[in-house]
Amino acid sequence: MTTPLPAEGRPRIGRLFRFQWEAAQQAYVLLYPEGMVKLNQSAGEILRRCDGQCSVAEVVADLERTFATSGLQGEVEAFLAMAEEKGWVSWDSAAESAS
Amino acid sequence: MNNQRPPHPLWLLAEVTYRCPLHCAFCYNPVDFAAAGPELTTEEWLRVIRQARAMGAAQFGISGGEPMLRDDIEILVAEARQLGFYTNLITSGIGLTAPRLAALKAAGLDHIQLSFQDASREANDLITNTRTFELKQEVTRLTKAHGYPTVINCVLHAANINHVDRIIEMAVELGAEYLELANTQYHGWGFLNRSALMPSAEQLRQAEAITEQWRARLGKRMKIFFVAPDYQENRPKKCMNGWGEVFLSVTPDGLALPCHTARMLPGFAFPDVRKQDLASIWYESEAFNRFRGTAWLPEPCRSCDEKEKDHGGCRCQAFMLTGDAGATDPVCEKSPQHGLIDNALKLAAEVRSGRLDQPIIFRDPKTSRQLKRPF
Repeated sequence: MTTPLPAEGRPRIGRLFRFQWEAAQQAYVLLYPEGMVKLNQSAGEILRRCDGQCSVAEVVADLERTFATSGLQGEVEAFLAMAEEKGWVSWDSAAESAS
Repeated sequence: MNNQRPPHPLWLLAEVTYRCPLHCAFCYNPVDFAAAGPELTTEEWLRVIRQARAMGAAQFGISGGEPMLRDDIEILVAEARQLGFYTNLITSGIGLTAPRLAALKAAGLDHIQLSFQDASREANDLITNTRTFELKQEVTRLTKAHGYPTVINCVLHAANINHVDRIIEMAVELGAEYLELANTQYHGWGFLNRSALMPSAEQLRQAEAITEQWRARLGKRMKIFFVAPDYQENRPKKCMNGWGEVFLSVTPDGLALPCHTARMLPGFAFPDVRKQDLASIWYESEAFNRFRGTAWLPEPCRSCDEKEKDHGGCRCQAFMLTGDAGATDPVCEKSPQHGLIDNALKLAAEVRSGRLDQPIIFRDPKTSRQLKRPF
């Protein structure tokens, strides 16, 4: 079951996870209690932009600019929906982050 | 031995002390812990932490004994965190005072796992041989107030397994996000007290059924892990996810081990982190290579199609039960020595029924010195 992504939502890394570059893995990873998820390149590039400040639209625009491509919105939204299910990201609505 | 270079460790577990204010009869620490040498100094621990991180380890666990009995935990956490480790504190909560918790938070501690022994004051205080029940409840509230998810571990055994319903209820009342119900692993003091601690198959079945009911009721609110006991399974666990594969433990007195109970194994010279750096210990020492991979496996494991799944099971369990650390873990029903497990189950049933008397032996330094045995 997935909930629709909030249009104004600003994704941030979930409370139980820490996102960082691991030189030994040559990959971005998510660290959590007693475990680690090694991320593929696209997952890493999406998550490194989930700082609680950028909206999904801004994340998509930045990715498209960085990788000189377009049409990433669907892929990013699908990934973020999955990531929310797993607790990798949570959402700050614009109203919450303003208060 | 493999021609391929083994993977680097992901986990560094620092068992910083064998000292503990509790006296739990199921403790996996060696029975002869009191004979261990002096504890590593702060500087020595910092060096170990830096070496492990340089090798690529990403998880840092601090346990013991009770780690909070040392006054330098904040220093170790700060260094580990600063190097990029995910930092886990595994504690009974005794000694985790408000000022120290605030200091640990400031040092960047990521995660706290609190152990509970039972759901009632009487039962907690009985099995730990202390009066600590209210204190642990208070510590749980304190960690929550500092923004930590509440992660509770409770070791199950014959004396508390019938309280599983109440234990889960207590975890819910404390607002826990995660509860691990881990059946006793029979190592160290747990092995010494095995017959007194082992629940019946029926008790286990009921505890699992009750856990299932709570899972259905709680949904996502609290996640419950139920770790089944080895002796009542018919296949062994892949111990430490493989010897020398991901896990490196360092004892209070500086021995590097591929699993936290391996120091009991005879015929090993476990390397001393004061004398050798972690990389050469991990990659080159005989101790870390002896049971690495599956090439060393005896029959019936060698020709078994499940060998990659369990690597022949637990080396310490094989040794404690058969006298040979290189044997198939007798927990496996394919082991020619599986009868040892049946005997252990029968013995425990005799104790439960009262036909046989086995008084519980509590973990304390005096008893440790008297018994002078590893398990």
